[in-house]
Amino acid sequence: MERDAEIELARQLIAGKPAAFEHFVEHYRAKVFHYSWLMCGQREDAEEVAQETLLKVFESAGQVREPGKMKAWVFRIAKNACLMKRRKSVFAPVRELSLDEFMPVKHTNDGGGMRIEIADWSALPDNIALQSEMKALLEQAIRELPETYRSVILLRDTEELTTQETAQILEVSEDVVKTRLHRARLALRKTLDECLRGTKENATTHA
Amino acid sequence: MPLHTHSENCQQVFAVLSDYLNLELPPDACAEIEAHIAGCTPCVEFAESLRKTVAMCKQYQPAELPAPLGAAAKAQLVAAYGKMLAARKSG
Repeated sequence: MERDAEIELARQLIAGKPAAFEHFVEHYRAKVFHYSWLMCGQREDAEEVAQETLLKVFESAGQVREPGKMKAWVFRIAKNACLMKRRKSVFAPVRELSLDEFMPVKHTNDGGGMRIEIADWSALPDNIALQSEMKALLEQAIRELPETYRSVILLRDTEELTTQETAQILEVSEDVVKTRLHRARLALRKTLDECLRGTKENATTHA
Repeated sequence: MPLHTHSENCQQVFAVLSDYLNLELPPDACAEIEAHIAGCTPCVEFAESLRKTVAMCKQYQPAELPAPLGAAAKAQLVAAYGKMLAARKSG
């Protein structure tokens, strides 16, 4: 669903249009489930987070006067619900990603200069993510990201929330969102590049 | 497999590539990057690989769906939505 359609859906929900409730629940239950599933790691937790989030959205909808802010509000509640689940489950140490670790592999050439290696991405169609094997690779790569980077890539690139909205949801500055987004993208790119070059074992084929 | 002599310019492009792809760079910085990558095929290829990674994330739709909403859970949501509408009418 495009962003404009999501805003219209929120407008109808707030106005009490009968069809909007069912549509809103179906749409955001799936979205919050996906986000939570990749953040919490457990299907059962993700379903609980989706239900808790929708309940809190309705209970607190008085705070959302502008339909355009509904999506960010939903994900802010979902993010907090995920944090509570994680506190109850395993402790995962936060790992910072540095730019240097995502530079393509460097080699010294005969002239003493540096050269880099990258896979040939030109043959990949733009809709490659729709192919099941690549989808599984991407999902695995997202799961392997440290939590703080995973949440940014899911909100910015998968949900296509703005930098400002993502910063508000995660309660960090916009610069932090930009930094984490870039490093998360580079990490995903590196993992996919290694898979394309055959230098990383494809975990999905051994699942 | 393309190989290419690395330079500081490449590293500068590497550091701001997401801002460039997001169209979030000031025009002068954008022009500098475009001037560099116009003559640097590996940087173009690296930028293209990152652009495709981002495109994949935007298209990504997880295969897993939540289980169908149970009657009790739906009743909870209907009740909460009813309260929300009532509060709006009275407010």
